[in-house]
Amino acid sequence: MGRYLSIWLPALLSDRLLRLRPELGKIPFIVVVPERGRLVVKAAGPLAVKKGIVRGMVAADASAMLPELRLFHYKPATEERLLKGLAEWCLRFTPVASADPPEGIVLDISGCPHLWGGEPPYLDAITGSLKKNGYHSRAAIADTVGAAWAMARFGGKDLIVAPQQQQEALQLLPPAALRLEPPVQERLQKLGFNHIGSFISMPATVLRRRFGQELLTRIAQALGHLQERPLPLQPAPVFREQLPCAEPVHTRTAIDIALETLLQQLCHGLQQAGKGLRSAVFKIDTVDGGSQEIFIGTNRPVRNTAHLLKLFEPKITTIVPGMGIEMFTLEAPAVEALSGRQEAIWNTLGGTDTGTELAGLLDRIAGRMGDAAIKRYLPAEHYWPERSFMPAGLFEKAVTAWRSDRPRPVYLLPKPEPVIVAAPIPDYPPLLFRYRGKVHNIAKADGPERIEQEWWLEQNQVRDYYVVEDEEGSRYWLFRAGHYGAEKPQWFLHGFFA
Amino acid sequence: MTKTLFNKIRFQQLQEELLQLQGLRAPLDAALPDPGLGIINQSFPHGAFPVGAVHELLSSTAEEAAATAGFIAGILGTLLRGGSCLWVSGHRNIFPPALSSFGVVPDQVIFVEAPDNRKALWTIEEGLKCESLAAVVGEVRELTFTASRRLQLAVEKSRVTGFIHHRTNCITGNLACVSRWRISPLTSDPPEGLPGVGFPGWNVELCKIRNGKPGVWRVQWTHQGFCVRTDHAPEITIPVKKAV
Repeated sequence: MGRYLSIWLPALLSDRLLRLRPELGKIPFIVVVPERGRLVVKAAGPLAVKKGIVRGMVAADASAMLPELRLFHYKPATEERLLKGLAEWCLRFTPVASADPPEGIVLDISGCPHLWGGEPPYLDAITGSLKKNGYHSRAAIADTVGAAWAMARFGGKDLIVAPQQQQEALQLLPPAALRLEPPVQERLQKLGFNHIGSFISMPATVLRRRFGQELLTRIAQALGHLQERPLPLQPAPVFREQLPCAEPVHTRTAIDIALETLLQQLCHGLQQAGKGLRSAVFKIDTVDGGSQEIFIGTNRPVRNTAHLLKLFEPKITTIVPGMGIEMFTLEAPAVEALSGRQEAIWNTLGGTDTGTELAGLLDRIAGRMGDAAIKRYLPAEHYWPERSFMPAGLFEKAVTAWRSDRPRPVYLLPKPEPVIVAAPIPDYPPLLFRYRGKVHNIAKADGPERIEQEWWLEQNQVRDYYVVEDEEGSRYWLFRAGHYGAEKPQWFLHGFFA
Repeated sequence: MTKTLFNKIRFQQLQEELLQLQGLRAPLDAALPDPGLGIINQSFPHGAFPVGAVHELLSSTAEEAAATAGFIAGILGTLLRGGSCLWVSGHRNIFPPALSSFGVVPDQVIFVEAPDNRKALWTIEEGLKCESLAAVVGEVRELTFTASRRLQLAVEKSRVTGFIHHRTNCITGNLACVSRWRISPLTSDPPEGLPGVGFPGWNVELCKIRNGKPGVWRVQWTHQGFCVRTDHAPEITIPVKKAV
């Protein structure tokens, strides 16, 4: 049978706020959450509690009672995140910890307390450290999760339930200590069951008929007849590699070899996990007890040994081996997800070498101007000029070929600009056009090339494109929107030919 | 006799050394990309288009800019050889599908949109330092001598070819770039008796070339690539700064 420790953090949210903003210690405050169209108190600060503001109250009522009250809006999932963080912190006391919302953490402490000198000092150590960090807590130890949960929240002064004693300990607690749904609790209340002891030894069939299976399950869990295992928290894997030296080393070559070996191991580990590193620390321990560090950071997750080696290279010279190095450590404190496809960038873009350099360059550009500044385009199967190409990732390959059978301008205006033309005959290119105050007499022209809007994407007028050349030799792409008919068609300039 | 020959060889050697000091190395391999500029090649040092150098191309109007972009794309077509290129500009105005008619595969071009001139120059410099790129094209509004010197120093190490498309209306001073071009559109002449617009034609003016001969040519872009029209003798003029 295991031993479990349940921690109850009754004022988790307000403790957190006080920890982040100590100035709130002198101001009454509440954390509110919208519920059915109004704001309801989710947590109240110590001063607000003193004035009689409790959880579940409408925020407007609380403000009326205490005009100087400060309101904070609750961000969804804050509590879960906080509990997860605290559970991770608890991993220093036991290897198996898990968040137990709301307001709780469960630790599997089997085999741990003797390291602190027994269960009472162990319990004190945990609640003491939490208190030191500003969190009010109550914790209890029992053979089962259910009993520990009940004792932490409803128990008296005796917070440690001796092995196999959970039934006796639960006798005097209210039914709510069994983690029951509110309807079941209400029904028990109505029938006068104010203590667990008054119904715990009743026959199972009777209880099941009146209160359903849930009550039986909870009783069995609390007493240990039914095994309950909280899902242990998976701590984030640590990417760390070590290389001890049989003999202390001094030379640059040795450091290079060590770094490369460690990087290879680390990158292999990262690849297994589908991650790339954003920063890395290379630590060396010297024989005389000193230690030195060099640090690098990247703009994008990377797990390319050659690229990382290049980033480390200029900094290796700062290492002073002194009496000799006996241990190398490489650690990646910050990692991010990196899909395998990103490694293919350098292959699709061609180039003379492996392309790590190009990736590094794009790293730096993206770091300075943001990812959106870098664009690459692939052909799209559309005739409409604005849609004939589409932005693509750096590693995507073209599915269709680029078309070059039709004349297309080198410069395309982002938006066609209206021009005034003199076009005497329908379906013929204009004789002249005026663009930005300058008149261009058209000497030569090709066209029209009619491009229809794709009706399933957008309804717009057709365009009749003309390639025209003025007397000075400049070439333009003009189009007429719409047919000749009732309305006078509009002419636009859309691009410049080379 | 022997002495004259010796002097000549010595003179050539000195010239080579001088060129190297100025950042122009002799073409190492015979298979250097030749953009097919024909007779223009005679104006370049070593008789080949200078790669691993920074070229400056001036343009003042949108029409000239389009012609310049076409000319750059025409040269890029042979320079890229399956490698990739960085095209830095303020905002993207190049129509990618059009590049394919100049022999450039548009998906090998990485466009970078730099919000201001300073960031554009920084990106160009970083690009020029990157040996995996075949070329870098940068559109800038302003280029100082110091900035151009930085770019030239970057390519001397990495051997990347840089094209600085300098879009300005002002008269610009001397820069450290190896050449200065001005491309302007020229009326096309379609074959006799045919209507419509012919192949794009440009007036290519090589205003300045280090250790070469400046000149003016009429160049056409045909399906076969560049075609320098030789129907008139190339007029070699001393470049005059154009006031626009």
